[in-house]
Amino acid sequence: MSLVTRIFTQRAHSSQLSRLFCLLGVVSIAFLSNLSLAAERLTLTGSSTVAPLALEMAKRFEKNNPDVRIDVQTGGSSRGVNDARVGLADIGMVSRALKESEQDLTAHLIALDGIGIIVHSSNTVKELSRQQIIDIYQGKIRNWADVDGPNLEITVVNKAEGRSTLELFLHFFELKNSQIRPQVVIGDNQQGIKTVSGNPGAIGYVSIGTAEFEHNRGTPIKLLPMDGKEATVKGVASGEYPLSRPLNLVTKAQPEGFAASFIEFAQSTDVLDLIENQFFVAP
Amino acid sequence: MGALSFVCAALLCLILGFLLYESWSLVADGRWLSFFSQTGWYPLEGLFGMTPMIFASLVLTFGSLVIALPVGLACAIFLEFYAKGWVKKSFQSLLNLLAGIPSVVLGLWGLTELVPLIGQIKAPGTSVLAGAVVLSLMILPTLALTSYAALTSVDRSILAGAQALGLTQKTQILAIAVPAARSGIMSGVLLASARALGETMVVLMVAGNVVQMPSSLFAPVRALTANIALEMAYALGGHRASLYVSGLLLTIIVWILAYLASYLFNKGRTVSHD
Repeated sequence: MSLVTRIFTQRAHSSQLSRLFCLLGVVSIAFLSNLSLAAERLTLTGSSTVAPLALEMAKRFEKNNPDVRIDVQTGGSSRGVNDARVGLADIGMVSRALKESEQDLTAHLIALDGIGIIVHSSNTVKELSRQQIIDIYQGKIRNWADVDGPNLEITVVNKAEGRSTLELFLHFFELKNSQIRPQVVIGDNQQGIKTVSGNPGAIGYVSIGTAEFEHNRGTPIKLLPMDGKEATVKGVASGEYPLSRPLNLVTKAQPEGFAASFIEFAQSTDVLDLIENQFFVAP
Repeated sequence: MGALSFVCAALLCLILGFLLYESWSLVADGRWLSFFSQTGWYPLEGLFGMTPMIFASLVLTFGSLVIALPVGLACAIFLEFYAKGWVKKSFQSLLNLLAGIPSVVLGLWGLTELVPLIGQIKAPGTSVLAGAVVLSLMILPTLALTSYAALTSVDRSILAGAQALGLTQKTQILAIAVPAARSGIMSGVLLASARALGETMVVLMVAGNVVQMPSSLFAPVRALTANIALEMAYALGGHRASLYVSGLLLTIIVWILAYLASYLFNKGRTVSHD
């Protein structure tokens, strides 16, 4: 390249660069003014289980209604109840059914969360009682032979702290995480399925949607029934399967305006794919 | 060029500042000391004992070095003194290829192949051993290529002298070339250990993630990096800040290693020029 052309291309670059900066400035001004124009704000607070789902729903809702900004904050179901009650949030997110003392609020069911107990498909155990599962997870039962299974050491697979599946599991079996003696701790559902399918002695729990999908695909895992009820997505949706919980949006009174239309949107068929993507079950 | 390098430096400072800012609430009031005194890691119950994870990270790194260093050094010696022509070229590109394998692929291989294999010896298979083996595969190319570069830069006149003394090739390599290249090899070792220490995906997948002191090769452990990856998405308040503290800790350790590596590398260079 000759010197002249080199200088010329550099010039071109720098002028392109300055044009780019101008464009950036214009875009950011447009963005800011857009923010200030969006008068309507909707605040959701509460359960960290519901929050990722609500966030996805909010994104899609904002796309359809450009003049609304939805703010999703986590802090636990009790915060959701509290904020909705005192009016700090327009909508509270609660990952359980409302209690007796919370009947002043209205719950709007948007999805169901269920977890399935999984073992390797070569495991001959057909069913475990609640007490047996508690004993296995506390390390009191260490061999499958003690629960009419093969003579094989049990590998307890637990979830990492903060996961909603762990929370539901602990709540259902009335355990504290420090009582559990795991051999493997996992993050997401897929890792749980990989771990259990690769270890004939393993027991774990994952979201029921994922487990059923993987089982049907031929992954060597087996879903154990709970209290005699089959662990299926259908069982969760009908409310028969006990190891599940409702995911609710709660409001103080009958919602109005954008709050009402957001709840309606969250319960519509427009968000079915979002519910499925988060491994929840549509009601 | 100056502006770009300034951006890079500023970015590093920003990262450090961000880590400090996020973990400040725990660092400022001295609560971070309880990370070393408490025994369990149950953030939701207010227990933040981090010592087992620091040890796990160090043991995993050390274990991977024990496996990878002899092999890496052997690769480097082979490349420098024995391989010729297309063998040398293809072996070198093989090492480069190994260096380019994404860690998640190695982790997946470890989880689906290696872990069940170790599990047959002693359940559950996810263990210090599995973590160290997969990590050693990751750092092997770094070790081999840096050692090779160090061996190549050994003054030829030393080797010629050794040859003139009638030493066998084995003695020339082990007693003359390797000791002469040791500072370069050491800086490679430190770089590799920084990489092993910072590696997340592999240890998350194959080491088992149970927070406990590494008591045996077959015990599942959780490394500091895996802890951040496992819990960051759902952590709030003090839990979140404690994860940032572990990130800060890790960054500082890695920086110290990187500094030592560059120090040794420069020292090695001045020595060979003398």
